Parts: sequence; C-alpha cells; structure tokens
Amino acid sequence: MSAPTTLEREGPVSSTGGETGGARGVGSARRRPPGLAVLLLALLVVAVVTSIALGSKAIPLGDLLQVLTGDGDGMADRGIVEARVARTVVGVLVGAGLAVAGAAMQGLTRNPLADPGLLGVNAGAGLAVVVAISVFGVGSLSGYVWWAMAGAGLAAVLVHALAGLARGGVMPLRLTLAGAAVSAGLASWSSGVLVSSRQSFDSFRFWQVGTIGGRGLDLVVTVLPFFAVGLVVVLLAVRRLNALALGDDLARSLGENVVLARAAVALGVAVLCGASTALAGPIGFLGLVVPHVARFVVGPDHRRIVPVCLVAGPTLLLAADTVGRLVAQPSEVQAGIMTAVIGVPFFVVLVRRGRMASL
Amino acid sequence: MTSATLAPPIADGTAVRARGLTLSYDGRRVVEHLDLDVPAGRITVVVGPNGCGKSTLLRGLSRLLHPIEGSIHLASDGARDDVWSLRPKEFARRVALLPQSPPVPEGITVVDLVGRGRHPHHTLVRRWSEADDEAVARAMRATGTLELAERPVDELSGGQRQRVWIALTLAQETDVVLLDEPTTYLDLAHQIDVLDLLRDLNRSRGTTVVMVLHDLNLAARYADHVLALRDGRLVGSGAPADLVDEEFVARVFGLGSRVIADPVTGSPLVVPTSTHHQCGATS
Amino acid sequence: MNADVLTPSGAVADPRAVAAEESDDLARVVRARRRPARRVHLVIAALAVAALAAVLVRVLLGDYVVALTDLLLILRGETPPDAPGASFIVMEAKLPRALLGLLAGLAFGAAGAMFQTTLRNPLASPDIIGISLGASAAAVIALTLLDAQGLWLPAAALLGAVAVSLLMYAVGRGTTLAGQRMVLVGIGVAALLSSVIQFVMTRTSIQDAQAALVWLTGSLARATWPVIGLLSAAVLVLAPLLAVCARWMRLAELGDELSTTLGAPAGRARLGLVVAVALAAVATSATGPIAFVAFLAGPIARRLCGGRPSLWAAALVGAVVVVLSDFAGDYLIPAVNLPVGVVTGALGAPLMLAVVVTADRAGKA
Repeated sequence: MSAPTTLEREGPVSSTGGETGGARGVGSARRRPPGLAVLLLALLVVAVVTSIALGSKAIPLGDLLQVLTGDGDGMADRGIVEARVARTVVGVLVGAGLAVAGAAMQGLTRNPLADPGLLGVNAGAGLAVVVAISVFGVGSLSGYVWWAMAGAGLAAVLVHALAGLARGGVMPLRLTLAGAAVSAGLASWSSGVLVSSRQSFDSFRFWQVGTIGGRGLDLVVTVLPFFAVGLVVVLLAVRRLNALALGDDLARSLGENVVLARAAVALGVAVLCGASTALAGPIGFLGLVVPHVARFVVGPDHRRIVPVCLVAGPTLLLAADTVGRLVAQPSEVQAGIMTAVIGVPFFVVLVRRGRMASL
Repeated sequence: MTSATLAPPIADGTAVRARGLTLSYDGRRVVEHLDLDVPAGRITVVVGPNGCGKSTLLRGLSRLLHPIEGSIHLASDGARDDVWSLRPKEFARRVALLPQSPPVPEGITVVDLVGRGRHPHHTLVRRWSEADDEAVARAMRATGTLELAERPVDELSGGQRQRVWIALTLAQETDVVLLDEPTTYLDLAHQIDVLDLLRDLNRSRGTTVVMVLHDLNLAARYADHVLALRDGRLVGSGAPADLVDEEFVARVFGLGSRVIADPVTGSPLVVPTSTHHQCGATS
Repeated sequence: MNADVLTPSGAVADPRAVAAEESDDLARVVRARRRPARRVHLVIAALAVAALAAVLVRVLLGDYVVALTDLLLILRGETPPDAPGASFIVMEAKLPRALLGLLAGLAFGAAGAMFQTTLRNPLASPDIIGISLGASAAAVIALTLLDAQGLWLPAAALLGAVAVSLLMYAVGRGTTLAGQRMVLVGIGVAALLSSVIQFVMTRTSIQDAQAALVWLTGSLARATWPVIGLLSAAVLVLAPLLAVCARWMRLAELGDELSTTLGAPAGRARLGLVVAVALAAVATSATGPIAFVAFLAGPIARRLCGGRPSLWAAALVGAVVVVLSDFAGDYLIPAVNLPVGVVTGALGAPLMLAVVVTADRAGKA
C-alpha cells in the first residue's frame, strides 16, 4: 500500500519531528511552535465574527457587542444576531465534526480520497430522511435529526463493510467507487419514493441542500452529546490511527489490537457524520479538504492532524457559509453547495497530482 | 526518415540500434544519451540495480515512451527503419513486448488471449483467417500451452500463465521480442522453466530476445549478450563470460563479490560478499 | 497438473511427428476458439428475440390490450375494424414508448459495457462516474432556469456530458494510470453536479422541481416521434463506430502497454469512450438517466455469455431491461404509474451492491 499522500510514511513512533530531535521523546514531539495554534485560533475567531456580523444585513461591531452582552434588548437587529449566532454555533460543530471525521476516515481506510459525502454517508442520511417524511409523516427539522443520524451511521457502516470484504487491502479507487455506487443506489431509492409524492419532495428538496442556517439552538442541544461522544472517541483513538496507517499486519505486529482500533474509529466516524448531517443536512468535501490542508501544514502525524482539523474545519465552513450569503444577496448559496464548489477543484488537483501507486 | 542521413547504417547482425537515446518518465530523465546495439538472433539481457532505467529502456525500445532525444532503428534486409516512422501496426509486426504482469481480461480463455496477439496482422477488412489459427497453434505448441487451450486464464498457475503470455507475444510473429522481468513472481523451478523456454524459442526460431532480469546469475547463464545499466547510462556490454567479473559487479551494483565458474554451465557465477561474510574470512 | 513445468517445449525431437501433429493442433485451436464464440452468438440471438418480445408485450398488453393482427393492420396504416381507437393508442402512446425504451436501453447498455471494459473496472459506468450526471445537470438547468424546449434539451444534455468527459480526459492526459484518474475525477465532478442540481431545485417552483426530478429518475413518458427519430439516427450512426472501437476495446483489456505494442495505442482505445459518451448523452437527453441500466447491462450480459464481455449482448440486455421495467412500472402496482427509472433503480440497487462486493472479492475494482 502506498497512498498518494505522505500517509504511508507515518508511524506510531513519529520520526517526522526532525526539528525537535528524538531526545524530547515521541509523546511531546511538536514540529510547529505554538504560533501555528495561535494563528489557527485567530482565523477561527475572524471567521466566527464575520459569520455573525456579515450577511444580507451587515451589523456594526458595536451593536453586535451590545446584543451579545445582553444590553441590546430593544434593538431591531436582535433577532438577526440571534439567528446568526445559532448559525455560527451550528457551523462550528458541523465543521469540526466533518473535518475530524474526514481525517479519521482517511486514516482508517488509508484512502486519501475518503470523505463522508463521497463514501455514501450523505446518501444514507438522505434516504432515511425521505422515508421519515413520506412514510412516517415527519415534518420538522428536529424530527429529521434521528432519522438522518441513523441513516448516515448505517451507510457509513455499510460502505466500510463492503470495502472490508475486499482481500488485500482497500484501494482508494475501489473504496471511492464503492462509495459512489452505494450513493447512487441509495439516491435512486430516495427518488423512487419522492417521485410519487410531491409534498414529501417539497420538504426534502430544501433539506438535501446542506445548510447551517435556520437551525435553532434547541436542535443544537439535542445533537450536542453525539458530537461530544464522537469527538472524544476519535481523539482518544488518534494514536491508534498512526499505527493503522502502516497497514493492519504491521499495526498488529506493533502490538495494536487492530479490530478494536478499527471498530472504535469507525464508530466515532459514524457518530460524527451522523450528528453533522442530522444538524446541517448533507455537506460534502469539507471532510476531504480540511484534513489534506492539515496534513500539508503539520505533516503526517494524526496526533497533530486531528486537532488542526478541529479548528480549521469550522473556520472553512463558516467562511464558505459567509461567502455564500454574500454572493447571492438577498438570498444565499447554501454552505453545502459552497463546499462542493471549493472542494471539487481541490479533489481534481489531488487526483491529478497524486502518485496513485496503490490504485 | 528525417534522420536517415545522419544515422549510420546498421551492420549485419544488429537487430535494434539506439543512438543518443534519452528517455524521461514522469518528468524525470531516466535514460541519458544511450548508445546500444542488440545483436540479431541472440538473447540480450539488461541488468542493473533498482531504478537504473532498465524498464524505462525497454519501454523506449517498444515505443511506449517517445524519446526526448536520439533514435532507435530496426534492421530489415540490410536497410534500417526509424521505429517512430513506422505505423503502430507495422511496428507491432516487428517488435513484441511482454510487460510485467499485464492485466488478465475477465473470463478470457487461453486460446482467446493468445489470439489477441494476432491484432497487428488484421485490418478493417482482413479479419481472422486460417493463417491466424495456424500462428496461434504454433505459438501454443511452442510454449506447451495447447492442453490449456479452453481453460480460463485466471484459473491458471503463475508458471502456466507466464507461458500463455509468452505464447501471445509469439503469436504476434515478430523478429524481436522484448520481455520485462519475465520471471518475477515465479518460484525458482518456474524461472528456469520460462528461461529455458525462451532460449529454445531463440534457438529454434532465431527470434531476437531482449529481456530485463534481476538475477545476475540467471542473466549470465542465459544471455548471449549483457547490457549493464547504472543511473541511466550504459556501463558495460558484451558476452557474460567477458564482462561479468568482480570489478564489474562492484562497478554496476556497488557490491563486493567473488565470481566463480558456474559448476553446471561454466558461466560466471556471482557470489556476493557482505560485512558478515568477507572474501578472506574463510582463507 | 504439471504441464507447466515439464512439457517439452519448442524443440521436440522428431520433425515428422511434429508435422503430423500440426493439423491436430490446428483443429484443437479452432475448436477451442469457436466453442465460446458460438455461445456468445447464441446468447445475442436469444437476447434479440427477447428484446423483440419485450417490445411486443409492451405494445400489446396492459390496460388496453391490442391483438397482434390489429397491430399488423395499424402498422400497415389501416384501421382495425373491431377496434377503431386502437390505432391512436398504439401510434401515439404504446409504440413510441416501447421504441424509445428499446433505443435508450440499447444505447445505455452498449455505453456502459464500453466504459467498463475499456477502463477495466466493473464499477466504471457512465452513470456512476459523472457522464450521465453531466447530461442531467445541463438538462435540468436548461429545463428549469432557461425553459428549454424541443431539441434544446438534448443539445444541453450532450453539451453537459461532453464537458464532463473533456474534463476527465484533460485530467488523465499525460499521467500514469490515466484511466483510473479519469474515473476518480468523474466521481468528484458527479458529486459537484448533484449539488448543483439540488441547488437549482431549491430555486424553482415545486412543479418545475418535480418535473426535473421525474426527468432525473428516467422516464419514457415524453416519447414522441421526433425524439425517437433523433435517437435512432444517433444509434444508427454511432453503432458502427462502436463496432470498430470494440476491436480496440478488446486490446485495451490487456492494459495500456500491451495494447500499444499490439498496434492500438492506448489513446486510440479510449476513442471508443468518446463514442460511448455520445451514446449515453443522447439517450440521457431523451429519457433522463435511467438508473443502473448502463451499470448493470454489462455484468448481466457477461454472466450470460460465460464470463466474456460482449457489447452487443450488453446493448440488448439494456433494451430488454428498460422496456420490461417500463411495462412493470405502469402496471405492476394498480393505479400507480412509476417512471421506468424508479423500477430499474429499485431492482438495480441491491444487484449493484452484489457487483460491488464480488468486484472487491476478485480484486478487480
């Protein structure tokens, strides 16, 4: 196995931290100084502030502070600010969830092209929501949540199971095609149901464009525990990802419980994808792009990639959403569309430049 | 054709001649300014360390890579042809290549696979004829694959499969056959089996064989002519008995060794030394 | 079986024995070559009969049953005396639908098999790797935002499919493993295009969006004689081209290297894909992307032919599947008319999962 990225060169014993030298021990190896962390956090703050301040109606920073500190009771903008705060919170959660899930997925499958959207998770959530709407008459976002979560989780498990049936490792092309095929299959079942029911379709067509807008904070509270569980599971398993990246056999000989490690990471990924999709609808490519950027910046160690994703994911999603709101005033281009527009050229470059030794 | 005035005429006994050949692969120059002659009707083996450009050279000779500079000519009745002036099928009737582990089409039978080698002899109007059946029968007979004719190729063992691939290149009925490491993935018995087969074909049909081999000892045993590459340059060529000695192994592979006479064939046999096993240790 | 090690090769001793055996060997080769070929021919003939039968079932049976004799009269331009209304129903509804299904099925089946064989990947059919979605996205945009009618719709679809194909080709060009890269780019672009389609659907009235959805599912409801004329012209032009390319396709199966050294440079083998793109695009523009027909026709035909791919068998399988699925969609559930794509999608999804699993098992995907 040798993926087009530097994935194959990483090890559980991080030898990449050349600048720090081996003396400090592998546990404390940090290639970049804290300056990077500060920069990433600063970018996130900028993204959060602009996400709240900008939109079809720009809000002066002074008013913003007033509302946020609770002084702006009588202000006309209060409603807008509250909606935008909710939107921003959703963006932070979903961005972090998808980026971390994408990083874990890429590590788990040793596939640089893994992404929750490409691997059929979004289509699974979609089919579940379609069933919820048309068969069970579910009509609200809070009702969709559980269905989307279950559908996304099941699809994630299904694709992994299908890919796992392969002998001799999962190759990027094979897994990506399996994901595309599963997506196509699930989507065709969805449209089969929707074709005969105009009402269901009318609800679904707005859900299936992923957006972080229009979700109340109550919904966020419902889904929050799942984000927490998913993030904790993946963060705890991050060390194991480094071992798994070497291939199952080598990981096993390094003393890793491969089955357990895989199951834990896969579970974390499924929960994160499910929670993100439940909250925002299908958003593709974020889970593809952010881990690659992170890997480019901090190298191949998952113990650094995942935290970077945790911060950079929300930054990118909020930025995409804010731009989407600005380009199509007074309406908006949903974040799910924006990430696809950003992500596909990125994906094309990745495919074009990758070494593809393992295709 | 453009270089006709510049290229020297091919002397008798040369099947392929390259001059100033420079090849690049994935944007990197792998073979630089190579001059070489492949003797007609002989077995030529290309040897060299990993990444020295052996396979790239073979790709160049088989027109899979267009040279950046230089030319390759084929001998034909005393004249010579620039390989890039030939049409694809013309070239395919003169030079065949067996790549390293080509994909096996799903469900294909042995006879069908060998028959694919007849493509260069067909045109839009002239399809399959009895001559093709005869060529296929000859090729399968020579490689001992007739018994397998109706078997699906994906059910065969590695050794059988390699014989079938060789049959395909024979069915092409060319004067020159190029093979890229025909013994990879085969155990020792099958390696010898395949190399014996190639030598038989070379001796009985007069086919010019050019192959890349990893094993220097097998190369020395089966080659009439050895081409040694290092870093994309030719660092030695000639008969194995004249060429392969301790100094040669050190120069090409950077490896200390003793070279003795092969007790079976008398050809040079390279016995490597290492930090644990020095030449003088036993004496 | 030790034949591979110990068979005496080329240099057999007695030349007279060799001469005597030579005709035996020839007979053996001819026999071995003809047997599977005969099976493929038989399968193709049987499928052709099946396709004709499917068309007849579609035209004659259903809510309004037409007698065979009446059909023959109608085709000759006469009005059957005992069923005066039959002429209109056959010529304006039943026959166009059956013929459109037949043509679209042929086109999807052949295009899918061409892709799968040339790219050496059973999952690489135009409906998975973005070609059909390119046609769909362009058509949906034309349909909803530009109010396109008539020939503009197929033109837009063709443009979309060609644009996606060109992008795939441009990305693959000049790289190693160009085929695999093309497939991957197709998938990425497909994801973007479905986002675009979803976005467009939120921007139109629910009526337009619903019409677009039906179109996206694949339906024969808009079968009119001009559309059939266009599609049959395209099939008649492209089929002979495809036959030529099929020869290169058989070499492409051996990999880029062997294909080139056998006299068919890899780039030329991919010309067949251009023809396949055109076929898929024209068919998509007429019916919408009928789910999984391109994807599954190849593997089904291959199974029927004893493991060997055959373009013609795949084309006929596609035709049979589309015509019969359309019939089933109309009459299987009383009072519900399902577009043909819903039927093929519902049936195809599980079959497709089976293909994914077995392809993985064989390590071919």
